[in-house]
Amino acid sequence: MIDLLKDIENRFQTTDSVQQKDRQAFTTVDKGRAIAMVTWLKENAGFTSLTLLTAVDWIEDGVFQLTYILNNPTNGFELGIRVMIDRDGATMESAHHLWKNMQTYQRELKEMFGIDFPGCPRVDEDFILEGWDDMPPYRRDFDTKDYSTDTYFPRPGRGSNDPAEYMKKKMYPND
Amino acid sequence: MDLKNMFQMKNDRSSYPEHDQDGKPIIDLDSHKLLKIWQGPQHPGVTGNMSLELTVNGDEIMESKTHVGYLHRGFEKLMERRKFIQCFPTCIRMCVAEPDPNEYILSACIENLSGVEVPEMAQWLRTLALEMARLQVLLRGVPGQAGTFALGLGYQWGNYIRDLILDRFEELTGGRVYHMYILPGGVRGLLPDGFKKRMEENLKLVDEFLGNINDLMYNNSVFKKRAKGLAVIPVDWVDKYGVYGPSARAAGVMRDTRKTHPYLKYAELDFEPYTTTESDVYARSVVRWHDLKMTVDLIRQIMAKMPDKGDIKAPTPNVMHWEIPKGETYMRCESSRGEYGMYMVTDGSEMPRRVNLKGPSYTHANALLEKLLINANIADTAAIMVSLATCPPEIER
Repeated sequence: MIDLLKDIENRFQTTDSVQQKDRQAFTTVDKGRAIAMVTWLKENAGFTSLTLLTAVDWIEDGVFQLTYILNNPTNGFELGIRVMIDRDGATMESAHHLWKNMQTYQRELKEMFGIDFPGCPRVDEDFILEGWDDMPPYRRDFDTKDYSTDTYFPRPGRGSNDPAEYMKKKMYPND
Repeated sequence: MDLKNMFQMKNDRSSYPEHDQDGKPIIDLDSHKLLKIWQGPQHPGVTGNMSLELTVNGDEIMESKTHVGYLHRGFEKLMERRKFIQCFPTCIRMCVAEPDPNEYILSACIENLSGVEVPEMAQWLRTLALEMARLQVLLRGVPGQAGTFALGLGYQWGNYIRDLILDRFEELTGGRVYHMYILPGGVRGLLPDGFKKRMEENLKLVDEFLGNINDLMYNNSVFKKRAKGLAVIPVDWVDKYGVYGPSARAAGVMRDTRKTHPYLKYAELDFEPYTTTESDVYARSVVRWHDLKMTVDLIRQIMAKMPDKGDIKAPTPNVMHWEIPKGETYMRCESSRGEYGMYMVTDGSEMPRRVNLKGPSYTHANALLEKLLINANIADTAAIMVSLATCPPEIER
């Protein structure tokens, strides 16, 4: 695993590599080199299986982190590739040509985070949220509680508790 | 008009409908030869709350589009505003039929990121709970395949025995469907007195059930005629489309995380997941029958090897004030449908920054099912879907 991390560091100038487990590591690569690196890993390093593609919203830094997790079925190595992209006008090169299942992930990210993948088939089709016209809901600035309060009228006879305080009282009454 | 050949169809349907230069089927609804119909979301022939938008020519499917979202509750988003321990009641609902892998991977992510070591006794009990979960799913899943061809008897038999396994879950965890038995650091309790004896009585019924199902399904000419050669997954699709678990093993590819990425106590157990190469609906069903048989054997091995007592929970910080260091991890286990994984990112606070569940249905029910249904007969839709064991809640989370 360490050899692989050194190799991709030389080839693609990866940074912030962390070995999380024996056969699992995460590394960061520039947006411009990301798809070239994913392609190289798939075609030359045995990472033939795509485990997942997802995003993390680092709203305080103004970036989305895209995470591609690739798996090498031969030796069980797993590599998480972080790619930081700007939150404003978030766009990433599509990798739908590499795996048939990639377009589903990219379609979901377009819908849930508003990250565009130009050229990806069906990327603009609704996936989970048919008819949604609000902000992409998995962005950090979308508040689920405010959305519920604004959208659904309060039902009479229902009270509410602060979850943290309520659980603390139930579980540790003597604290 | 050639009346003699009017109703005869060429056996090779691979070039029908015609494809454009990108290999995409040309679907022209204006030709008035095609009909668009929906299978689901309320339909006995779909697995849960999802639907398929089918374009058919006669009874042959030309195009299929999967629609999910009927059960979307934004679980992953909701977990971002809950403390780690409060994520459990949300997380387990990501797969209703088999909730225990959700508990395990959520606990495993928290433990991996915070450096908690789970005691040996708790690891044995977790392994047992996960195999019991697989057992109760397969008791319905194996005969359920015949149910898609209107052979519903085995499903009733399986449901009866599944209810007995839920009794065992109830005495172990207090819950029948949702258990929340596996928590960060360990499990909630030891086996009750007499549990092993009662479980063994249930397993004997499963042994009998396996023989009956073999007679009922795999020696049934109608089942064989309809399932053999149906929806074949070529071996090179396994990575291309993301095929996992029994569906990959039916194509001859060993994909079982209990073997490829051993966790808990699986490395100490003696088992060899069944593989075959026919890769059709029949083969996938046979693989699941062998999985059920293997699960019975694994539960017996676990009960024989596990110690009678020991620590069941590692010390952890106060769960209401547990700040987990910044980091990220991906943890996985083998559900009855295949690899079940969770990607978790933490930022040093009391709540996860991001949780992403990856179940096998995500790829099976979308890219793979849409491809497999092209040129299939509309009457086989349910069978193909069930053979992939698709579970919509784990797609839409």
